[in-house]
Amino acid sequence: MATGQLTPSEYIQHHLSFNQKSVGDGSFWVLHVDTLVMSALLGIVVFGLLWWVVRGATAGVPTKRQAFVELLIEFIDNQVKSIFHGNRHAFIAPLALTVFVWVLVMNAMDFLPIDIMAIVYGWLGLHEWRSVPTSDINATFALALAVWLLMIFFSIKVKGLGGWIHELFCSPFGSNPLVWPANFAFNLIEYISKPLSHSLRLFGNMYAGEIIFLLLGMWAATGLAGTFFGALLGAGWAIFHILIVCLQAFIFMMLTVVYISMAHESH
Amino acid sequence: MNINLTLIAQAISFAILIWFTTKFVWPYLLNAIETRQKTIADGLAAAERGKQELDVATQRSAEVVNDAKQKATSIIAQAEKRASEIVEEAKANAKTEGDRIIAGAKAEIDQEVNRAKEGLRQQVSTLAIAGAEKILRKEIDAKAHADLLTSIANEL
Repeated sequence: MATGQLTPSEYIQHHLSFNQKSVGDGSFWVLHVDTLVMSALLGIVVFGLLWWVVRGATAGVPTKRQAFVELLIEFIDNQVKSIFHGNRHAFIAPLALTVFVWVLVMNAMDFLPIDIMAIVYGWLGLHEWRSVPTSDINATFALALAVWLLMIFFSIKVKGLGGWIHELFCSPFGSNPLVWPANFAFNLIEYISKPLSHSLRLFGNMYAGEIIFLLLGMWAATGLAGTFFGALLGAGWAIFHILIVCLQAFIFMMLTVVYISMAHESH
Repeated sequence: MNINLTLIAQAISFAILIWFTTKFVWPYLLNAIETRQKTIADGLAAAERGKQELDVATQRSAEVVNDAKQKATSIIAQAEKRASEIVEEAKANAKTEGDRIIAGAKAEIDQEVNRAKEGLRQQVSTLAIAGAEKILRKEIDAKAHADLLTSIANEL
Protein backbone atom coordinates (compact mmCIF):
# COMPACT_ATOMS: atom_id res chain seq x y z
CA MET A 1 0.00 0.00 0.00
CA ALA A 2 2.60 2.48 -1.14
CA THR A 3 0.25 5.37 -1.16
CA GLY A 4 1.58 8.86 -0.87
CA GLN A 5 -0.53 9.66 2.13
CA LEU A 6 1.45 7.35 4.39
CA THR A 7 4.64 8.46 6.03
CA PRO A 8 7.51 5.92 5.84
CA SER A 9 7.13 4.92 9.43
CA GLU A 10 3.40 4.47 8.96
CA TYR A 11 4.06 2.37 5.88
CA ILE A 12 6.41 0.07 7.73
CA GLN A 13 4.16 0.06 10.76
CA HIS A 14 1.29 -0.97 8.59
CA HIS A 15 3.15 -3.86 7.01
CA LEU A 16 4.53 -5.11 10.29
CA SER A 17 1.22 -5.11 12.14
CA PHE A 18 -0.27 -8.43 13.05
CA ASN A 19 -3.90 -9.24 12.68
CA GLN A 20 -4.49 -9.58 16.39
CA LYS A 21 -7.35 -11.06 18.26
CA SER A 22 -7.60 -10.69 21.98
CA VAL A 23 -8.95 -13.72 23.77
CA GLY A 24 -8.48 -12.64 27.36
CA ASP A 25 -7.11 -9.99 29.67
CA GLY A 26 -3.51 -8.91 29.39
CA SER A 27 -1.04 -8.76 26.57
CA PHE A 28 -0.36 -12.51 26.67
CA TRP A 29 -3.89 -13.56 25.76
CA VAL A 30 -3.59 -12.39 22.19
CA LEU A 31 -3.60 -14.48 19.06
CA HIS A 32 -1.87 -13.46 15.85
CA VAL A 33 -4.53 -14.69 13.49
CA ASP A 34 -2.42 -14.07 10.38
CA THR A 35 0.52 -16.10 11.66
CA LEU A 36 -1.68 -18.97 12.75
CA VAL A 37 -3.88 -19.04 9.68
CA MET A 38 -1.00 -18.72 7.23
CA SER A 39 1.11 -21.38 8.92
CA ALA A 40 -1.80 -23.75 9.34
CA LEU A 41 -2.89 -23.19 5.76
CA LEU A 42 0.61 -23.80 4.45
CA GLY A 43 0.97 -26.82 6.68
CA ILE A 44 -2.28 -28.31 5.46
CA VAL A 45 -1.50 -27.59 1.83
CA VAL A 46 2.08 -28.82 1.78
CA PHE A 47 1.66 -31.83 4.04
CA GLY A 48 -1.60 -32.69 2.34
CA LEU A 49 0.33 -32.63 -0.90
CA LEU A 50 3.02 -34.88 0.55
CA TRP A 51 0.38 -37.22 1.91
CA TRP A 52 -1.40 -37.30 -1.43
CA VAL A 53 1.84 -38.21 -3.19
CA VAL A 54 3.02 -40.85 -0.73
CA ARG A 55 -0.42 -42.41 -0.47
CA GLY A 56 -0.08 -43.53 -4.06
CA ALA A 57 3.61 -44.32 -3.66
CA THR A 58 4.72 -47.36 -5.53
CA ALA A 59 7.80 -49.48 -4.97
CA GLY A 60 8.08 -49.89 -8.69
CA VAL A 61 8.96 -47.19 -11.15
CA PRO A 62 8.08 -43.90 -9.46
CA THR A 63 6.22 -41.08 -11.12
CA LYS A 64 7.97 -37.73 -11.43
CA ARG A 65 5.87 -36.46 -8.55
CA GLN A 66 6.90 -39.33 -6.34
CA ALA A 67 10.53 -39.07 -7.43
CA PHE A 68 10.58 -35.44 -6.34
CA VAL A 69 9.19 -36.25 -2.91
CA GLU A 70 11.59 -39.17 -2.62
CA LEU A 71 14.45 -36.86 -3.46
CA LEU A 72 13.37 -34.54 -0.65
CA ILE A 73 12.93 -37.37 1.82
CA GLU A 74 16.22 -39.01 0.97
CA PHE A 75 18.00 -35.67 1.24
CA ILE A 76 16.65 -35.22 4.75
CA ASP A 77 17.20 -38.87 5.62
CA ASN A 78 20.85 -38.57 4.62
CA GLN A 79 21.30 -35.48 6.76
CA VAL A 80 19.72 -37.19 9.74
CA LYS A 81 21.69 -40.37 9.13
CA SER A 82 24.98 -38.49 9.31
CA ILE A 83 24.11 -37.00 12.70
CA PHE A 84 21.82 -39.38 14.52
CA HIS A 85 22.81 -42.98 15.15
CA GLY A 86 19.79 -44.93 16.16
CA ASN A 87 16.37 -45.73 14.82
CA ARG A 88 15.87 -42.44 13.03
CA HIS A 89 12.74 -43.58 11.17
CA ALA A 90 10.70 -43.78 14.35
CA PHE A 91 10.71 -40.07 15.06
CA ILE A 92 13.71 -37.90 14.24
CA ALA A 93 13.69 -38.18 10.48
CA PRO A 94 9.97 -37.41 10.12
CA LEU A 95 10.46 -34.57 12.58
CA ALA A 96 13.27 -33.20 10.45
CA LEU A 97 11.06 -33.47 7.37
CA THR A 98 8.25 -31.63 9.12
CA VAL A 99 10.54 -28.87 10.30
CA PHE A 100 12.31 -28.45 6.99
CA VAL A 101 9.25 -28.45 4.77
CA TRP A 102 7.12 -26.34 7.01
CA VAL A 103 9.78 -23.72 7.73
CA LEU A 104 10.69 -23.67 4.06
CA VAL A 105 7.18 -22.88 2.87
CA MET A 106 6.62 -20.41 5.68
CA ASN A 107 9.86 -18.66 4.74
CA ALA A 108 8.93 -18.84 1.09
CA MET A 109 5.95 -16.57 1.79
CA ASP A 110 8.58 -13.85 1.82
CA PHE A 111 8.70 -14.10 -1.98
CA LEU A 112 5.15 -12.78 -2.21
CA PRO A 113 5.37 -9.07 -3.08
CA ILE A 114 4.14 -7.39 0.08
CA ASP A 115 2.31 -4.47 -1.47
CA ILE A 116 0.43 -6.58 -4.01
CA MET A 117 -0.44 -9.07 -1.30
CA ALA A 118 -1.66 -6.16 0.86
CA ILE A 119 -4.08 -5.24 -1.91
CA VAL A 120 -5.21 -8.86 -2.24
CA TYR A 121 -5.71 -9.14 1.52
CA GLY A 122 -7.53 -5.80 1.34
CA TRP A 123 -10.06 -7.32 -1.04
CA LEU A 124 -10.58 -10.08 1.49
CA GLY A 125 -11.22 -7.43 4.12
CA LEU A 126 -7.96 -8.09 5.95
CA HIS A 127 -6.23 -4.77 6.43
CA GLU A 128 -3.53 -5.93 8.74
CA TRP A 129 -2.20 -9.24 7.54
CA ARG A 130 1.38 -10.52 7.43
CA SER A 131 2.22 -13.25 4.98
CA VAL A 132 5.39 -14.64 6.56
CA PRO A 133 4.69 -16.64 9.72
CA THR A 134 8.42 -17.09 10.43
CA SER A 135 8.90 -13.34 10.77
CA ASP A 136 6.72 -13.60 13.85
CA ILE A 137 8.85 -14.37 16.89
CA ASN A 138 5.96 -16.37 18.32
CA ALA A 139 6.06 -18.80 15.43
CA THR A 140 9.81 -19.41 15.46
CA PHE A 141 9.91 -19.53 19.24
CA ALA A 142 7.04 -22.00 19.26
CA LEU A 143 9.00 -24.31 17.00
CA ALA A 144 12.22 -23.88 18.95
CA LEU A 145 10.43 -24.38 22.24
CA ALA A 146 8.74 -27.53 20.97
CA VAL A 147 12.13 -28.85 19.89
CA TRP A 148 13.53 -27.85 23.27
CA LEU A 149 10.82 -29.77 25.08
CA LEU A 150 11.43 -32.78 22.83
CA MET A 151 15.12 -32.49 23.62
CA ILE A 152 14.44 -32.65 27.35
CA PHE A 153 11.89 -35.42 26.83
CA PHE A 154 14.36 -37.58 24.92
CA SER A 155 17.13 -36.77 27.36
CA ILE A 156 15.01 -38.10 30.21
CA LYS A 157 13.67 -40.97 28.14
CA VAL A 158 17.13 -42.19 27.14
CA LYS A 159 19.06 -41.57 30.35
CA GLY A 160 16.26 -41.69 32.88
CA LEU A 161 15.35 -38.82 35.15
CA GLY A 162 18.30 -39.57 37.44
CA GLY A 163 20.69 -39.77 34.54
CA TRP A 164 19.48 -36.47 33.20
CA ILE A 165 19.84 -34.72 36.55
CA HIS A 166 23.22 -36.36 36.99
CA GLU A 167 24.25 -34.96 33.64
CA LEU A 168 23.02 -31.51 34.58
CA PHE A 169 25.40 -31.46 37.53
CA CYS A 170 28.27 -33.66 36.39
CA SER A 171 29.05 -32.54 32.88
CA PRO A 172 31.07 -31.08 31.30
CA PHE A 173 33.63 -30.72 34.15
CA GLY A 174 33.23 -33.97 36.05
CA SER A 175 31.39 -35.39 39.03
CA ASN A 176 33.33 -33.69 41.82
CA PRO A 177 30.79 -31.90 44.08
CA LEU A 178 32.93 -28.79 43.99
CA VAL A 179 32.27 -28.29 40.28
CA TRP A 180 28.55 -29.04 40.52
CA PRO A 181 27.55 -25.36 40.55
CA ALA A 182 29.77 -24.61 37.58
CA ASN A 183 28.40 -27.60 35.67
CA PHE A 184 24.85 -26.64 36.47
CA ALA A 185 25.44 -23.04 35.43
CA PHE A 186 26.95 -24.22 32.17
CA ASN A 187 24.06 -26.53 31.42
CA LEU A 188 21.54 -23.87 32.41
CA ILE A 189 23.10 -21.41 29.99
CA GLU A 190 23.15 -24.08 27.32
CA TYR A 191 19.51 -24.98 27.86
CA ILE A 192 18.49 -21.32 27.74
CA SER A 193 20.65 -20.37 24.80
CA LYS A 194 19.62 -23.28 22.61
CA PRO A 195 15.98 -22.31 22.00
CA LEU A 196 16.85 -18.62 21.91
CA SER A 197 19.53 -18.92 19.24
CA HIS A 198 17.47 -21.51 17.42
CA SER A 199 14.40 -19.29 17.13
CA LEU A 200 16.04 -15.89 16.90
CA ARG A 201 18.29 -16.91 14.03
CA LEU A 202 15.33 -17.81 11.86
CA PHE A 203 13.20 -14.91 13.05
CA GLY A 204 16.01 -12.39 12.55
CA ASN A 205 16.73 -13.48 9.02
CA MET A 206 13.12 -13.46 7.96
CA TYR A 207 12.27 -10.22 9.72
CA ALA A 208 15.32 -8.48 8.28
CA GLY A 209 14.45 -9.77 4.83
CA GLU A 210 10.97 -8.34 5.15
CA ILE A 211 12.27 -4.99 6.33
CA ILE A 212 14.68 -4.74 3.41
CA PHE A 213 11.81 -5.41 1.03
CA LEU A 214 9.81 -2.69 2.76
CA LEU A 215 12.66 -0.21 2.52
CA LEU A 216 13.13 -0.98 -1.18
CA GLY A 217 9.38 -0.59 -1.67
CA MET A 218 9.55 2.79 0.03
CA TRP A 219 12.41 3.83 -2.19
CA ALA A 220 10.39 2.80 -5.20
CA ALA A 221 7.70 5.27 -4.16
CA THR A 222 10.09 8.25 -4.25
CA GLY A 223 10.29 8.72 -8.00
CA LEU A 224 11.46 7.32 -11.29
CA ALA A 225 15.08 6.66 -10.23
CA GLY A 226 13.87 5.19 -6.99
CA THR A 227 11.45 2.93 -8.85
CA PHE A 228 14.16 1.77 -11.20
CA PHE A 229 16.79 1.07 -8.57
CA GLY A 230 14.23 -0.14 -6.10
CA ALA A 231 13.02 -2.69 -8.61
CA LEU A 232 16.58 -3.67 -9.53
CA LEU A 233 17.73 -4.07 -5.96
CA GLY A 234 14.43 -5.67 -5.03
CA ALA A 235 15.00 -8.30 -7.71
CA GLY A 236 18.55 -8.82 -6.47
CA TRP A 237 17.44 -9.11 -2.88
CA ALA A 238 14.64 -11.50 -3.88
CA ILE A 239 17.14 -13.72 -5.68
CA PHE A 240 19.47 -13.63 -2.72
CA HIS A 241 16.48 -14.29 -0.52
CA ILE A 242 15.88 -17.61 -2.28
CA LEU A 243 19.17 -18.71 -0.78
CA ILE A 244 18.34 -17.33 2.64
CA VAL A 245 14.91 -18.93 2.70
CA CYS A 246 16.29 -22.37 1.85
CA LEU A 247 19.36 -21.98 3.99
CA GLN A 248 17.47 -20.86 7.08
CA ALA A 249 15.02 -23.72 6.72
CA PHE A 250 17.95 -26.11 6.36
CA ILE A 251 19.79 -24.65 9.36
CA PHE A 252 16.66 -24.80 11.48
CA MET A 253 16.21 -28.45 10.56
CA MET A 254 19.86 -29.32 11.15
CA LEU A 255 19.86 -27.66 14.57
CA THR A 256 16.68 -29.53 15.45
CA VAL A 257 18.34 -32.81 14.52
CA VAL A 258 21.56 -31.92 16.31
CA TYR A 259 19.81 -30.87 19.53
CA ILE A 260 17.72 -34.02 19.66
CA SER A 261 20.69 -36.22 18.75
CA MET A 262 22.67 -34.62 21.56
CA ALA A 263 19.84 -35.44 23.93
CA HIS A 264 20.29 -39.11 22.99
CA GLU A 265 23.98 -39.14 23.81
CA SER A 266 25.33 -39.50 27.29
CA HIS A 267 28.30 -37.43 28.33
CA MET B 1 6.92 -8.03 18.95
CA ASN B 2 5.76 -9.65 22.13
CA ILE B 3 5.33 -13.22 23.15
CA ASN B 4 1.70 -14.17 23.43
CA LEU B 5 -0.75 -17.02 23.07
CA THR B 6 0.22 -17.40 19.42
CA LEU B 7 3.26 -19.25 20.70
CA ILE B 8 1.21 -22.02 22.23
CA ALA B 9 -1.21 -22.24 19.34
CA GLN B 10 1.67 -22.45 16.91
CA ALA B 11 3.37 -25.13 19.01
CA ILE B 12 0.17 -27.15 18.93
CA SER B 13 -0.09 -26.96 15.17
CA PHE B 14 3.58 -27.93 15.00
CA ALA B 15 2.89 -30.97 17.14
CA ILE B 16 -0.03 -31.94 14.91
CA LEU B 17 2.14 -31.66 11.81
CA ILE B 18 4.90 -33.76 13.41
CA TRP B 19 2.35 -36.41 14.32
CA PHE B 20 0.92 -36.35 10.81
CA THR B 21 4.31 -36.67 9.13
CA THR B 22 5.49 -39.40 11.46
CA LYS B 23 2.27 -41.34 11.05
CA PHE B 24 1.19 -40.81 7.46
CA VAL B 25 3.98 -39.41 5.32
CA TRP B 26 7.30 -40.88 6.34
CA PRO B 27 6.54 -44.61 6.72
CA TYR B 28 4.72 -44.93 3.40
CA LEU B 29 7.41 -43.44 1.26
CA LEU B 30 10.19 -45.04 3.25
CA ASN B 31 8.51 -48.37 2.67
CA ALA B 32 8.32 -47.72 -1.06
CA ILE B 33 11.93 -46.55 -1.21
CA GLU B 34 13.24 -49.49 0.77
CA THR B 35 11.22 -51.99 -1.21
CA ARG B 36 12.50 -50.52 -4.45
CA GLN B 37 16.07 -50.48 -3.19
CA LYS B 38 15.72 -54.13 -2.27
CA THR B 39 14.21 -54.94 -5.66
CA ILE B 40 17.05 -53.18 -7.43
CA ALA B 41 19.67 -54.88 -5.29
CA ASP B 42 18.04 -58.26 -5.91
CA GLY B 43 17.89 -57.56 -9.62
CA LEU B 44 21.55 -56.64 -9.73
CA ALA B 45 22.48 -59.72 -7.74
CA ALA B 46 20.38 -61.88 -10.06
CA ALA B 47 22.05 -60.35 -13.09
CA GLU B 48 25.45 -61.02 -11.59
CA ARG B 49 24.44 -64.59 -10.83
CA GLY B 50 23.10 -65.03 -14.34
CA LYS B 51 26.33 -63.76 -15.79
CA GLN B 52 28.33 -66.21 -13.71
CA GLU B 53 26.01 -69.03 -14.69
CA LEU B 54 26.37 -68.08 -18.32
CA ASP B 55 30.16 -68.21 -17.97
CA VAL B 56 29.96 -71.64 -16.39
CA ALA B 57 27.56 -72.86 -19.05
CA THR B 58 29.78 -71.57 -21.84
CA GLN B 59 32.72 -73.36 -20.31
CA ARG B 60 30.71 -76.53 -19.93
CA SER B 61 29.41 -76.42 -23.47
CA ALA B 62 32.96 -76.03 -24.76
CA GLU B 63 33.98 -79.04 -22.68
CA VAL B 64 31.07 -81.08 -24.00
CA VAL B 65 31.90 -80.19 -27.58
CA ASN B 66 35.55 -81.13 -27.01
CA ASP B 67 34.52 -84.41 -25.42
CA ALA B 68 32.22 -85.19 -28.32
CA LYS B 69 34.96 -84.43 -30.81
CA GLN B 70 37.40 -86.70 -29.02
CA LYS B 71 34.81 -89.45 -28.80
CA ALA B 72 33.99 -89.13 -32.48
CA THR B 73 37.65 -89.32 -33.40
CA SER B 74 38.16 -92.42 -31.31
CA ILE B 75 34.99 -94.02 -32.66
CA ILE B 76 36.11 -93.39 -36.23
CA ALA B 77 39.53 -94.81 -35.49
CA GLN B 78 37.97 -97.87 -33.88
CA ALA B 79 35.63 -98.32 -36.79
CA GLU B 80 38.46 -98.14 -39.25
CA LYS B 81 40.43 -100.65 -37.25
CA ARG B 82 37.43 -102.90 -37.01
CA ALA B 83 36.78 -102.67 -40.73
CA SER B 84 40.32 -103.68 -41.59
CA GLU B 85 40.05 -106.50 -39.05
CA ILE B 86 36.85 -107.72 -40.68
CA VAL B 87 38.46 -107.61 -44.07
CA GLU B 88 41.44 -109.57 -42.77
CA GLU B 89 39.17 -112.07 -41.09
CA ALA B 90 37.12 -112.48 -44.23
CA LYS B 91 40.25 -113.03 -46.23
CA ALA B 92 41.50 -115.66 -43.81
CA ASN B 93 38.10 -117.35 -43.70
CA ALA B 94 37.91 -117.41 -47.45
CA LYS B 95 41.37 -118.91 -47.64
CA THR B 96 40.62 -121.72 -45.15
CA GLU B 97 37.25 -122.35 -46.79
CA GLY B 98 38.93 -122.60 -50.15
CA ASP B 99 41.58 -124.92 -48.74
CA ARG B 100 38.88 -127.07 -47.21
CA ILE B 101 36.92 -127.26 -50.43
CA ILE B 102 40.08 -128.14 -52.32
CA ALA B 103 40.96 -130.85 -49.79
CA GLY B 104 37.40 -132.25 -49.93
CA ALA B 105 37.54 -132.32 -53.70
CA LYS B 106 40.90 -134.06 -53.65
CA ALA B 107 39.61 -136.68 -51.21
CA GLU B 108 36.57 -137.28 -53.36
CA ILE B 109 38.73 -137.62 -56.41
CA ASP B 110 40.89 -140.17 -54.58
CA GLN B 111 37.79 -142.05 -53.48
CA GLU B 112 36.45 -142.07 -57.01
CA VAL B 113 39.75 -143.28 -58.32
CA ASN B 114 39.85 -146.06 -55.73
CA ARG B 115 36.30 -147.04 -56.48
CA ALA B 116 37.01 -147.10 -60.16
CA LYS B 117 40.08 -149.18 -59.51
CA GLU B 118 38.05 -151.59 -57.38
CA GLY B 119 35.36 -151.90 -59.98
CA LEU B 120 37.99 -152.37 -62.61
CA ARG B 121 39.68 -155.04 -60.56
CA GLN B 122 36.46 -156.91 -60.06
CA GLN B 123 35.56 -156.67 -63.69
CA VAL B 124 39.07 -157.71 -64.72
CA SER B 125 38.90 -160.78 -62.51
CA THR B 126 35.43 -161.73 -63.87
CA LEU B 127 36.64 -161.11 -67.39
CA ALA B 128 39.74 -163.18 -66.79
CA ILE B 129 37.67 -165.95 -65.27
CA ALA B 130 35.22 -165.79 -68.15
CA GLY B 131 38.11 -165.90 -70.66
CA ALA B 132 39.79 -168.72 -68.90
CA GLU B 133 36.48 -170.62 -68.64
CA LYS B 134 36.00 -170.27 -72.31
CA ILE B 135 39.57 -171.41 -73.07
CA LEU B 136 39.84 -174.23 -70.68
CA ARG B 137 36.21 -175.32 -70.46
CA LYS B 138 36.33 -178.71 -69.03
CA GLU B 139 39.77 -179.32 -67.51
CA ILE B 140 39.72 -176.44 -65.36
CA ASP B 141 37.77 -176.50 -62.21
CA ALA B 142 36.47 -172.94 -61.94
CA LYS B 143 36.21 -173.11 -58.25
CA ALA B 144 39.78 -174.31 -57.69
CA HIS B 145 41.32 -171.66 -59.88
CA ALA B 146 39.14 -168.76 -58.74
CA ASP B 147 41.32 -168.21 -55.70
CA LEU B 148 44.39 -168.08 -57.84
CA LEU B 149 42.78 -165.60 -60.18
CA THR B 150 41.62 -163.44 -57.34
CA SER B 151 45.12 -163.20 -56.01
CA ILE B 152 46.33 -162.24 -59.46
CA ALA B 153 43.64 -159.58 -59.65
CA ASN B 154 44.74 -158.24 -56.29
CA GLU B 155 48.22 -157.85 -57.57
CA LEU B 156 47.03 -155.52 -60.31
